[in-house]
Amino acid sequence: MAGEKKKKIVKVIKIDTDKCNGCRACEVACAIFHSKPQYSGNNPAKSRIAVLRDPIKDIFVPVYAGEYTASECTGRNKYVIDGREFDECDWCKASCPSRSLFKEPDSGLPLKCDMCESDPPLEEPMCVQWCLSDALTYEEREVEVDEKEEEKKKPGEMELGLESLVDKYGMEKLLDAIARMSRGD
Amino acid sequence: MRYAETGFNLEIDLSRGNIERVATDPRLAELYLGGLGTNAKILWDRVPPDTDPFSPDNLLIFGTGLLCGTPAIGANRTIVSTFSPQTGLMAYSMMGGFWAPELKFAGYDKVIIRGKSPKLVYLWINNDKVEIRDASHLKGKGAQETADLIRHELKESKAQVASIGLAGENKVYFASIEQGRSSASRLGIGAVMGDKGLKAIVVRGTKEVNTARPVEFFEHCSEVLKYIKWRDDHPIKGVPPILSGLGSPQEMAIYDEEWHTTNFTWGNARHRRRDFWTKEVEEKWKKTQQNARVRLLSCYNCPMECGALISAPGVPKYMMKCYSKLTYTMAAMSDLDFGFKIVQRATEYGVDAFTTPQVMAFALELYEAGILTDKDLPGMPADNEGRFYWLLDRIVRREGIGDILANGVYHAARQIGKGAEEYDHNTIKKHEQLPLKLGMLNPIYFLMYSTGEKINITQIEGQFPQAPFATREEREEFVKDWFQVPDDRFKQYFLDWDPRGEHSIPYYPTIEATCEIVDWQEKMHYIDDALGLCAGLSSFPLKPPYHIHNLPGIISSATGIDFDEAKLSQAARRNRTLLRAINVRRGLDRKDDSPPKDHWRNRFPELETKLLDEYYKFKGWNNRGIPTKESLQELGLGYVKEDFLRRGILTENEAAPPGETPAETEKK
Ligand code: SF4
Ligand code: SF4
Repeated sequence: MAGEKKKKIVKVIKIDTDKCNGCRACEVACAIFHSKPQYSGNNPAKSRIAVLRDPIKDIFVPVYAGEYTASECTGRNKYVIDGREFDECDWCKASCPSRSLFKEPDSGLPLKCDMCESDPPLEEPMCVQWCLSDALTYEEREVEVDEKEEEKKKPGEMELGLESLVDKYGMEKLLDAIARMSRGD
Repeated sequence: MRYAETGFNLEIDLSRGNIERVATDPRLAELYLGGLGTNAKILWDRVPPDTDPFSPDNLLIFGTGLLCGTPAIGANRTIVSTFSPQTGLMAYSMMGGFWAPELKFAGYDKVIIRGKSPKLVYLWINNDKVEIRDASHLKGKGAQETADLIRHELKESKAQVASIGLAGENKVYFASIEQGRSSASRLGIGAVMGDKGLKAIVVRGTKEVNTARPVEFFEHCSEVLKYIKWRDDHPIKGVPPILSGLGSPQEMAIYDEEWHTTNFTWGNARHRRRDFWTKEVEEKWKKTQQNARVRLLSCYNCPMECGALISAPGVPKYMMKCYSKLTYTMAAMSDLDFGFKIVQRATEYGVDAFTTPQVMAFALELYEAGILTDKDLPGMPADNEGRFYWLLDRIVRREGIGDILANGVYHAARQIGKGAEEYDHNTIKKHEQLPLKLGMLNPIYFLMYSTGEKINITQIEGQFPQAPFATREEREEFVKDWFQVPDDRFKQYFLDWDPRGEHSIPYYPTIEATCEIVDWQEKMHYIDDALGLCAGLSSFPLKPPYHIHNLPGIISSATGIDFDEAKLSQAARRNRTLLRAINVRRGLDRKDDSPPKDHWRNRFPELETKLLDEYYKFKGWNNRGIPTKESLQELGLGYVKEDFLRRGILTENEAAPPGETPAETEKK
């Protein structure tokens, strides 16, 4: 597919786990930025970044919420880096049925990092601004992308939520429920 | 809707196994803020003054600060309050880390423990689900080990655990409560937890903490962060490196220990080693520290990295907080690598790193003096390091001599007798102090040591430089951007303060200025302890990001209750007075308000009497250090006044007998 090429800004957060001190300020920043009304509520369980910490084992991994997935992986691999043992899941961004991470605590709906997209745009995502140890740094890179691919719209928060509800209850039940709600019964 | 606080406390009766979630009165925040203030109110209301600290009627309160769980930077303190088995007075020890915010996210402001469990248990708080669980399999386990085992058995890697080790279980009078990289160590609150049969409190919460005016509050937080960054690039000149930045003293980051090792005393707070810090020592210690330190660690929502993960040769990894690095090293007249090693064991046992090394050094002094003999210390090794391990093991098990030493220097000296009392020279109100022996009386420190209700100098000092700067130019430079002062006259006090001559200690700052300076320093601690802010970002360092001018706005936007400087100062004063009242009701008296007896070589009994007299007046206390009827009334503490009148602590026609300072008493 030889589509038109187009310049695009890719937003990159570089995570230096060696510099992380485990403070979870990034979680606070994310949680309040995304709370409604903005900044009104702090709840790290709703943050789209989570710091996996096992201090005694020197494990500090800030992970961003990525795609929602309906089914969990089959295997569970382990990585050993510098003598520290990591679960594969420690690095995984997925909002997945095997764990409570990256789900709204009340509804169970998936959460996903949106790079703090807002109007006007932030200079840097909120988590990066609140991480004073430079464990999180922000870069913008210019890349060329395929225009056609770009046009495919990224799923929004609602689509993601609906997708997970479809997975949980089935399309039919969900449509039924929506129909009932719209009739107001 | 409640802002900043959750509006609920958990009431746990361990005797009956009862758990209750109780709504709190929203007016309390306006009067006492939260944390220490509301803890004190509960202790006043519910624990009669003759209650033994080890009685089931004694309460053990884990209180979060008012701002914990909000996005306020460094608002992570858990304030644990109870009555101390060592002093008999109110104890409040605080810990940073991650526990307090987690409790807020679970939906509670405090956990109030009463009664005693017949067998060892732990408390598991998981949002609305709260259970008392068997902990018999955790008996004798280390504090950190316990936390790991519990997280594992509950399959809750994100749960926060506050636990005691063997010392707490055995009611050692200086047992701590440990929690990850932090601990609440002073005054033996771990012993009260052990007495209640409570091994740990485990918390996990996934609820929201709300603020009343979010955008305004967020702007305050951003300002604080910005200033922290600025201060990081602008360390204070003219003070030792350890005092130049923010945070709890940066012991884990800084290698230069000249100030501590040559100014503070070694052994049983005895020897000053002015020539200790040589190039070789510096090189060696730096290497030791670099090798031991795996990573710097922060508390919840704070960038300061005051703790560290430590891996010392031959011992498991553990987390260390600031000054414990030097306390064992210096008490044992040893080396830094010993310090890093023994703290691992001490942390698992759960003991206070200020008191413990001093108790052991005290025992060794008694041994040298022949007051304790080989009969008392059978099988003790010959080397200092070995002796410290040996004593530590016995103290936490209350074995042999350890059973006596486990009561702390004051009580042990009296139990041992044979002149051992003479070796108890570094306690105030029966509690061990930082090892520091100086020449000339400093009036500011005299009042702080004598009257601090926390009985710990670091929990009252701060903000105001500890010593005058050498030249006027340096002082002028310092005051230029010193906007944290409550009033510009504090700058003048500092500008005029000389190292020598007419304007030097002990007669300068003047008595009046001294009272104001002490009051300001203490006030900021009382505010922090109620809000749950770390003193390392607020009351302790020079030029902190939180101060009397921005705190009212921060509290108002968080809670929706409007505060200005006067109202906030009044709340701090109310809390401070209430604490004094609680202790007065338990027998605290003017004679207890004194510094360690040989803290200064040069004492000035007349001046000291005047200082105390004037300071008491300044505080609204009578000559015996008891809050007056008028000041109690003015602070809205009429209920305290009534109680004092009923008990005859105050009388309707008050004509207080003239006071007497300890220095005077000693002279007689
Ligand atoms: S704010 Fe930075 S240092 Fe703190 S936990 Fe997040 S990534 Fe780590
Ligand atoms: S300043 Fe240090 S001790 Fe205080 S909250 Fe921050 S990391 Fe913890």
